[in-house]
Amino acid sequence: MAHEGTAREKQPFNPLLAVLAALAALFFIFPLIGLITGAPWGHIISVITSETAVQALGLSIVASLSSTAIALVFGFPLAWLLARGSFRGKGLLRGLTTLPMVLPPVVGGIALLLAYGRKGFIGKPLESATGITLPFTLAGVIVAESFVAMPFFVITVESGLRSMNRRLEDAARSLGASRRTVFLRVTLPLIWPSLAAGTVLTWARALGEFGATITFAGNLPGVTQTMPLAIYISQSSNMTDEAIALSLILVLVSLVVMIFRRDRAGAG
Amino acid sequence: MVTGNTGTTRRGEGDMRSIRVLTGASVAALMVALAACSSSTTTNAAAGTPASGSAAAKPSGTLVVFAATSLTDAFNKIATQFEAANPGVTVKFNYGGSSTLATQITQGAPADVFASASPKNMTTVTDQSLTTGTPKTFAANQGEIMVEAGNPSHVKSVADLANSALKVVTCAPEVPCGALATAIFKNAGVTVKPVSQEENVGGVVTKVSLGEADAGIVYVTDVKANGTKTTGVPIPASQNDTTTYPIAEIKGAPNATASAAWISYVLGPSGQQVLKSFGFLPPTA
Repeated sequence: MAHEGTAREKQPFNPLLAVLAALAALFFIFPLIGLITGAPWGHIISVITSETAVQALGLSIVASLSSTAIALVFGFPLAWLLARGSFRGKGLLRGLTTLPMVLPPVVGGIALLLAYGRKGFIGKPLESATGITLPFTLAGVIVAESFVAMPFFVITVESGLRSMNRRLEDAARSLGASRRTVFLRVTLPLIWPSLAAGTVLTWARALGEFGATITFAGNLPGVTQTMPLAIYISQSSNMTDEAIALSLILVLVSLVVMIFRRDRAGAG
Repeated sequence: MVTGNTGTTRRGEGDMRSIRVLTGASVAALMVALAACSSSTTTNAAAGTPASGSAAAKPSGTLVVFAATSLTDAFNKIATQFEAANPGVTVKFNYGGSSTLATQITQGAPADVFASASPKNMTTVTDQSLTTGTPKTFAANQGEIMVEAGNPSHVKSVADLANSALKVVTCAPEVPCGALATAIFKNAGVTVKPVSQEENVGGVVTKVSLGEADAGIVYVTDVKANGTKTTGVPIPASQNDTTTYPIAEIKGAPNATASAAWISYVLGPSGQQVLKSFGFLPPTA
């Protein structure tokens, strides 16, 4: 069974646990099998090299990576503040920044329009001052994806920050380390697992984002049509072959990253 | 349950969720209704044939209608009248882009009736022999340019839409209103680059209503339904395109009696009057 290097008692075999776990695993595996068997293997090469697919995949990768970078840059300080700071309204702030996680994505999209759209209370002055508009652009896609994905990063990293042993930081300081050294040599390595997990989760959420994107940024092949949007338009036009093939690509990309992450971060 | 009337945001992106909710709720409701249905047909058959519908039994129970987004307001009103004329019937709608609805039906969604905004999407369903009888055309619609209220961009014609400074939105080409837009641009001899291609006409209405887009190609009925929120710029007949709406009963419909009655009602004088009042053209257009 589990070789964890400690003198841990072997888990007795629990049939109920095994059955429930097996059912859970199958629940996830069956749709994947459905995708694989339903794929148009005969002409799949032509589908995945079509202009639609290539453009959509390219946009998806650029947008999701950008959103993840934004989450890292802006989400980390926020997570730090929520974990370490003490100020009135902290609970409310945490609630607000994680609201996109529970909001239906389309609602998020509408809210984004009302704030950052052409007539939005931020978007309108932004356009007058700089000429920048966000809807119908790749920047708009990135905004939509960041909006729904960043909360995942904040929550995961905040949790990591809270559960780390702060005494180690104190010990380092008392031994004369500068704040910068403490952060780089003590804090970061300690929260590394939650940082990595948060980053991957954020990226995955951004990659799969649909509702807020199509509402806020619109749908235009080559400009804003990410993979999920392309898949949606295909399947809603009864082009099921194309939809399944594109879905498989997305699943493959996600699977590779998920498996890779497991290896790097160790067991879970 | 009849879904919203003039809520423009409802007609567009909310449809995916309401599709799932309605489909799930309908299946459950139909199970209950079926029991009631079977008992009521035996008692009413003895009472004689009612005036409405061609079926021998009186329609009752839940009727699930999959209809193109552009039919929302008109069908909601027809449903109110139909339910009043046929107490015991509850009409439930699943509004969406016609191509999405056709896909759902071919994948087994429990619809009784399908009303499409173009013959092409109905063909998707008939190609798989999923209808009972031949689809009948019950209405027609033409395109119109929708702009922000008061027409601040001073759009006067289709040619004006070629201006790259304008943000124009259309439906995706696979959807009836998208094919309409393509045809109109071709007839007018202009190249228009839309900034977004929506999955159904409600999405176009929303973008223009919110002021995100300067103009969009929608149906005449959409401009009328949206009232003062937006302004319409008519398209001359020489450039315009017409789309016809077919309606059909789905094969194996859980509520065949009510389906036939609904189709007759829509094709009959009351239904046609309601459609006309919302700006639809008669089926022979």
